[in-house]
Amino acid sequence: MKRISAATAGLALLTLSACGGGDPLETDDNGEDASPAGENGALVVGSQQYYSNTIIAEIYAQVLEQEGYEIQREYEIGQREVYIPELEAGAIDVFPEYTGNLLDYFDPDNESGEADAVHADLGEALPEGLQALDYAEATDQDSYVVTEEFAQEHDLSTVADLAEVDEDLSIAANAEFETRPYGIEGLAETYGVELDLVPVEDSGGPLTLGALLDGEVEVANIYSADPAIEDNDLIILEDTESLVLPQNVVPIVSESVDDAARDAINEVQAVLDQQELLDINSHSQSTQDSPADVAQWWLEDQGMLD
Amino acid sequence: MNHLIEAFEVLLDPDAWSGPGGFGARMIEHLWYTALALLISAAIALPVGLIVGHTGRWRALAVISSGMVRALPTLGVITLAALFVGIGLTAPMISFVVLAVPSILAGAYAGVESVSPATKDAAKAQGMSGWQVLLRVEIPLGLPLIIGGLRNATLQVVATATLAAYVGAGGLGRQLFLGLRTQDYPLMLAASIAVILLAIILDALFELSQRLLRRRMGLV
Repeated sequence: MKRISAATAGLALLTLSACGGGDPLETDDNGEDASPAGENGALVVGSQQYYSNTIIAEIYAQVLEQEGYEIQREYEIGQREVYIPELEAGAIDVFPEYTGNLLDYFDPDNESGEADAVHADLGEALPEGLQALDYAEATDQDSYVVTEEFAQEHDLSTVADLAEVDEDLSIAANAEFETRPYGIEGLAETYGVELDLVPVEDSGGPLTLGALLDGEVEVANIYSADPAIEDNDLIILEDTESLVLPQNVVPIVSESVDDAARDAINEVQAVLDQQELLDINSHSQSTQDSPADVAQWWLEDQGMLD
Repeated sequence: MNHLIEAFEVLLDPDAWSGPGGFGARMIEHLWYTALALLISAAIALPVGLIVGHTGRWRALAVISSGMVRALPTLGVITLAALFVGIGLTAPMISFVVLAVPSILAGAYAGVESVSPATKDAAKAQGMSGWQVLLRVEIPLGLPLIIGGLRNATLQVVATATLAAYVGAGGLGRQLFLGLRTQDYPLMLAASIAVILLAIILDALFELSQRLLRRRMGLV
């Protein structure tokens, strides 16, 4: 009996170590490509499983290719829990991120507020070997949105103005809005705004938008880079107290990314303001083009591709 | 394993059960959604199924269409319906009815068909009308299968009713989605366990009623 369990334990250990040692990205490469990139000079660009993020990644990739770098693309990697370890291990070299969420990932107890502070804190919170380049003006963050009509009727421009509205207000948002610091409780504590949560689980998608436009809710939580905001003349209420942690687009790079490559990416960062990001997302949604085509379209539009 | 223990701790905490958003209130909502969906589905599927079984007409149509409807993904139906009717209970209710109708329909026609032709002939030979054969012979004798269809439908709906919370309604899906979105896995697991408990209790009630019925009909 003892022997069997020892053998089982040994086997389990073997399996475990096999899992731990194997790099899922590398095995992938070996399957498709005889020479695993990332090791002979190619820079690996990754992206989240989110169309807008993948387009930004593709923009970095195309800019770097133009500078003569060899690029390997590892897009749509899903959760932070999956790709951050890959970044730390050096399997990915460039990754578009969002300042606030990434800071929360490394330092959940941070008390940052403004975009600058969040970016600075992020620089300190990042593990050794990873650096945050310049942050773009463009954000993709939770925002409190109302219809233009409602905003005019009640003279709303900031979140605090909601406290003056003399009716029962409800907000359509994901379930987590119940407990997040920027959610129901945060709004009550910081702004004295009491909202009822109507949970709609499509992360500010068409159902949330529909609920707002139908008047089933007065406020909706829609991401600031969602083209639906412009398409439907929605008003983003200004978050004067920085309740929502700023989520500026920021590239995270490894040490294999040299200064010239960093400069090339930072040039993109310098022009990527909110309107540009909205244009990119809007173009992608209306044309349904591939991220590569959208990235190329935008870069040509900016005169950044030869 | 720790998540499971913590989930039971959540379920054993009286605070988690009280209040308008607690497990108690959400469970009642969940049961109410299930009951409402079954009531609507039965009102549609039972008459149709009984007629199909009794007359033997449109049988192929009933089999094929209910088979096709079964293949529809419920979340897709909810999202699509909600884009038309807005958020709230209507969209999930539509999808629950779509989910429940095929089982009830199949149970109803299969139940009527299960009665032996000799028995039906004997009833007709005694001078019973078509309605009388259906009401006094086919339905009572087919009842175990008819209830079996309702039982299947109940199980499917109670397990799926969590999706009501996807579009702004209540039910145990509220806790489930909250847990999912905030990585509060004990809460998510606790909500799942609550749904499983409801399903087991409802299924046991059906089992009991089917047994009593069989005993009363002298089938055991």
